[in-house]
Amino acid sequence: MLKPVAIVGQVILYGAFAAFIGYFATSPKYRQVADDIALIKLSISHLGDRECRKRTPEELAKLPPNMRAPMDCPRERSDIRLEVDLDGQAAFRTTMHPTGLYKDGVSTVYKRFELKAGTYQLAVRMNDNLIKPGFNFVKEAQIKLAPGQVMVIDFNPDRGGLFFK
Amino acid sequence: MRLHAALRTGVKRVFLGCEEVLDAFFRGEDNPLRHLGAMGLYLLWIVVGSGLYLYAVLDTGIDAVYRSIGDLALQQRYFGGILRSLHRYASDGFMLVMLLHLLREWCYGRYFGFRLYSWVTGVPLLWLAYIAGIGGYWIVWDQLAQLSAIATTELLDWLPIFSEPSARNFLTPDSLSDRFFTMLVFIHLGVPLLLILGLWAHVHRIGHVDYLPSRRVMLATLAALIALSLFAPALSNPPANLATTPGELGMDWFILFVHPLTDLTSPAIVWALLFGLTALLFALPVLPHPRPQPAAVVDAANCTGCDRCLADCPYAAIAMQAHPQRPGLKLAVVDPDLCASCGICAGSCPSSTPFRRQEMLVTGIDMPQQPVNALREQLEQALARLAGRTRIVVFSCARGADAALLGATDTAVIPLLCAGMLPPAFVEYALRGGADGVLLTSCRSGGCDFRLGERWTGDRLQGRREPHLRRTVPASRVLLVATTVHDRSALADSLASFRSRLESKADASDRLPPYHRKASRHA
Ligand code: HEM
Ligand code: SF4
Ligand code: SF4
Repeated sequence: MLKPVAIVGQVILYGAFAAFIGYFATSPKYRQVADDIALIKLSISHLGDRECRKRTPEELAKLPPNMRAPMDCPRERSDIRLEVDLDGQAAFRTTMHPTGLYKDGVSTVYKRFELKAGTYQLAVRMNDNLIKPGFNFVKEAQIKLAPGQVMVIDFNPDRGGLFFK
Repeated sequence: MRLHAALRTGVKRVFLGCEEVLDAFFRGEDNPLRHLGAMGLYLLWIVVGSGLYLYAVLDTGIDAVYRSIGDLALQQRYFGGILRSLHRYASDGFMLVMLLHLLREWCYGRYFGFRLYSWVTGVPLLWLAYIAGIGGYWIVWDQLAQLSAIATTELLDWLPIFSEPSARNFLTPDSLSDRFFTMLVFIHLGVPLLLILGLWAHVHRIGHVDYLPSRRVMLATLAALIALSLFAPALSNPPANLATTPGELGMDWFILFVHPLTDLTSPAIVWALLFGLTALLFALPVLPHPRPQPAAVVDAANCTGCDRCLADCPYAAIAMQAHPQRPGLKLAVVDPDLCASCGICAGSCPSSTPFRRQEMLVTGIDMPQQPVNALREQLEQALARLAGRTRIVVFSCARGADAALLGATDTAVIPLLCAGMLPPAFVEYALRGGADGVLLTSCRSGGCDFRLGERWTGDRLQGRREPHLRRTVPASRVLLVATTVHDRSALADSLASFRSRLESKADASDRLPPYHRKASRHA
């Protein structure tokens, strides 16, 4: 037979085991993002343009007739340049590189910005063919971020390029 | 290196101290700290059992998952609610027990040599357990799931695995599909299945695996978890909404600690920590270690193929083959890579009895570092030397309390590799050779360095296991004392009270007839 002390001791120890598990299974509470903060998630996955070059008439003449494509397009995709401005200040600058062994895959970016809730002037500029200067996709808007809101900057050529959601 | 050794011994001292404290309440076989592997398996079975029920009620679909699990505690407060809570709390308990098991094996230095296999197969289990646990939290699809899913994918995206960031899957509410949950359930069933498979491999090279804790421990653990489930039912956080950030959440620190850690540091630091620790665990066994002791050696002429060593070996190091010289008989064969050099097999071999007349006692299976013949010589010399009113022979396990200081004119101390290496007939031999009592020290229950030495010793002395101590041996003249390395003074006290008990015996009629091998041979 167990002594009463042992029984009491066991009850306490099993209780402590359960209490330890019960406590740390939910506590202390965790808040990842303060409650007056909103997030902007910049997430773009896009196949860069190809850096094509117009063939000169002499070059074309040298090619077999069935291969006389007017443009010389390499397999590689262009890097993509991206700029994000908030209230006129540079917030993020990057050059995305194509994935894949032959640099023929999508270029991606994923970035999270934590901002105090409020109104901002947001501008995003993107160039997916670095042979050309400037930016061929631009989106600028005044945005209002509510506390806890998650706003997404994405890109979809079928939806007119850059968009905020 | 030296730092590691110092750290290890420091932690070991604390761990052993905790075990000793718990012994005061649990007695040996119920001490959970000495059965952490078995506790882990038991908790895993609770997780699996309750998980099957949750699987049955789970609806996959973005809103359906939240409702089907989230409402359990409300609609089925008792049955479903308790099962859900048990699933969560037993998982947390599993993580805790697994880490304690790891800590214990490490601080006791049980990660190299013959334990290499158990150790190396243990490490991947850590990853599987956490993957299964984190995946489980996603299925609920509450805000904690949202946090974990995004944090995990962001962490994964730091590694060059995916061509597109996997966190893109959780950008907006409509980027998620019902298929996601089907896949998730698949993972949450598949990974635990792998874990169970891994566990099977983990204990594959161990004999008489401690699969489950004692019945009392199982009942009490289950009762404690059910009480916890009633007192604090596991509830979901508010439903996930990818368009907003999660608020303040009840966080499971056992399983999801990696997310706050990443927020506090950075993905680079967390990966360095996780991979670094894993590499360190794998590397531990290849650090320089003391040379292994010689493995057991079989002597074909003295092995009758009785299987006893096979049955007793704690590390499944023995196999039986056809005897090369005796048709129809079997022969024990030792795999030296698996052998722990504990000598338990020598203690189990019927050929190890010291009553055999040969000048040179050769047994069926023996330890080169302390052969049974040397043990008999040591005992005979000690018996010849002993003098005084009450002569006691102490056989002491080298892994328990150091008994060397107990040696005196009336007390002979003979160290053993493990208590289990002593053939029980040696006890009778000592008593018939002139000793008034025999004291045998072993480790405390569940604390044997070779897992089973203390168990087999107790069973053999009490006649529950072959080879057993003959029943004609008076129980009052034999004392088995369970010790840890800290029990030196308790051992001295046990010896003193054993002696005074022997001295206060009214009559000596229970003495066995003397036996002197040399005299009897020449007679
Ligand atoms: C996933 C959870 C785990 C469970 C449920 C588990 C379970 C077990 C069990 C039942 C045993 C046999 C104990 C016995 O019969 O004496 C054992 C032995 C062992 N485990 Fe684990 N284990 C787990 C994880 C680990 C980990 C992570 C490690 C270390 C990396 C580890 C290292 C060992 C070692 C070294 C042994 C051999 C002990 C000996 O030889 O005395 N285990 N484990
Ligand atoms: S010494 Fe121990 S581990 Fe080795 S064969 Fe004998 S019983 Fe097995
Ligand atoms: S216990 Fe001895 S006799 Fe029996 S199989 Fe093992 S070595 Fe042979």
